[in-house]
Amino acid sequence: MDWFPLYNSLRISFVASFITFFIGIFMAYYIVKLPGVLKGFFDTLLTIPMVLPPTVVGFLLLKVLSPKSSLGILVKKYFDTTITMKWYAAIFAVVIVTLPLMYRTARSSFEAFDKNIIAAGKTLSLSNSYIFWRILLPNCKEGIIAGFVLAFARGLGEYGATSMVAGYIANSTATISTTVAYFWQTNQDSQAMNWVLVNIGISFVVMLIVNIFEKKNSYGRRS
Amino acid sequence: MSLYCKIKKRLGAFTLDVKFEATDENVALMGGSGCGKSMTLRCIAGVETPDSGKIIINGKTVFDAEKKINLSPQKRKVGFLFQDYALFPNMTVKKNIMAVMAKEKRCNIDKFISAYHLTGLEERLPSELSGGQKQRCALARMMACEPEIIMLDEPFSALDSYLRWQMEQEVISAVKEFGKTVLFVSHDRDEVFRISDKVVVMEHGKNEKICSKHALYIKPKTYTDALLIGCKNICQAYWKRGRVLAPDYGLELECNENFDGLSYLCIRTKRILPAFLTTPSTDALLLEYEIVSVTEGVFSDILMIKPQNADGLIRWEIQKDVYAQLHKYPRVMAIPRTEILLLTK
Repeated sequence: MDWFPLYNSLRISFVASFITFFIGIFMAYYIVKLPGVLKGFFDTLLTIPMVLPPTVVGFLLLKVLSPKSSLGILVKKYFDTTITMKWYAAIFAVVIVTLPLMYRTARSSFEAFDKNIIAAGKTLSLSNSYIFWRILLPNCKEGIIAGFVLAFARGLGEYGATSMVAGYIANSTATISTTVAYFWQTNQDSQAMNWVLVNIGISFVVMLIVNIFEKKNSYGRRS
Repeated sequence: MSLYCKIKKRLGAFTLDVKFEATDENVALMGGSGCGKSMTLRCIAGVETPDSGKIIINGKTVFDAEKKINLSPQKRKVGFLFQDYALFPNMTVKKNIMAVMAKEKRCNIDKFISAYHLTGLEERLPSELSGGQKQRCALARMMACEPEIIMLDEPFSALDSYLRWQMEQEVISAVKEFGKTVLFVSHDRDEVFRISDKVVVMEHGKNEKICSKHALYIKPKTYTDALLIGCKNICQAYWKRGRVLAPDYGLELECNENFDGLSYLCIRTKRILPAFLTTPSTDALLLEYEIVSVTEGVFSDILMIKPQNADGLIRWEIQKDVYAQLHKYPRVMAIPRTEILLLTK
């Protein structure tokens, strides 16, 4: 069995969830503080990829990244290459699809944290960055780790948007999910089944980890 | 050392509109729940922003809506003791205090630990402390930050009554040593009397003029004051041709001056006497009464009595031994003139 799709899926998902992790946390931190209307707007904008069909995300991404788009033309001109149909093209897709998961779990952790503790930190002359890194984040770490693992797992299984921007090229852009589709379409059911089992195994372990983290009570949360 | 605070803030249907000034003294903001006491403190600390007004702490303007001054809480140097202590849950007692100290002063940490009776608890997390220990830790942390003024938001409400007394002593001594302006928020009249010098009474987001605690407790002037300091017997009253009349209690007393704005009077529950205990020199009103109900207390009993020729009920707290003798004498009570307080709205 050629393990390239597993390696490629893991690589895409790690890089993408790493990016998602930071963007999600910072978005959550700043959006929580926004006034009503703006908060609602940005909240919707960031959550929409969760309910859109991944093919719609893929289609929109192609409009931005394809060789015919202005970005694609620039990349072609200066680097003589394309962004789409490369293994890293999938990173764009996975980041957008997993961002809502990271953002929402981080946001609910921040919102559940006792606001008086933040206020106390401020009246005690602690800087906002100290409060964020040394008080808020450590106390919300369970929720944030759960969000990260969830985003990672979702990224590992991403199919729709990935297949549109990266396609299926064996040993180049093949991921677990695109490989399953490829083997099924070409009547190689037993090969497809192997990858299905691998996928179920990984998902099971990941969800187990998420559950363990979510069950632990975070500090500073009002019961 | 002083505090000037004149702010307005709208919160839905509620409007906070307070104005008071305090010098080097211990001032209590007293009022029922939801009257805006805590919000006032939060505005002074800079955690909430008022819509308009001005806040000056020790001569430094920290908020001025007109001049667009609004210093961050970090720059205001206001010590704020939260009701639920707000300790950093991920840090030990020692780290909670160290975190707010200037680097060059961190060598003094042991002094703080022992001054606030936290020795032996340095490495514990807040979740492993009792209520009193949490409060000592929060107090030490606040003092370590060297505040310009301190504000205590219902500091004892989360403690049980035994611990409350002990912590009150500790907080009073810490506050005395501090020697600058202290703002103390509470709804508990006895606590306020023990701790503060002056009182600002608040109701529905507005405040009355600052006054000394003795003036308020011994001679309350308004209906709200009387309720807050715990008067139970309050009824409507009016002035007519040299007399104050309170028909609910069947009371009539001479009063030559027309008391401006008189609308209520109040009788202190513990100062009513049975007539047989008075001497001829006691200046008191005598009323016949009947007992409606008796509630037994630990050291005294509470009688609900109905004066003759009136419908109002008067609450009378009476010593147990006096109550035991009551049936031997005619049912007449004496209300000393000095214990009848005339109130405005």
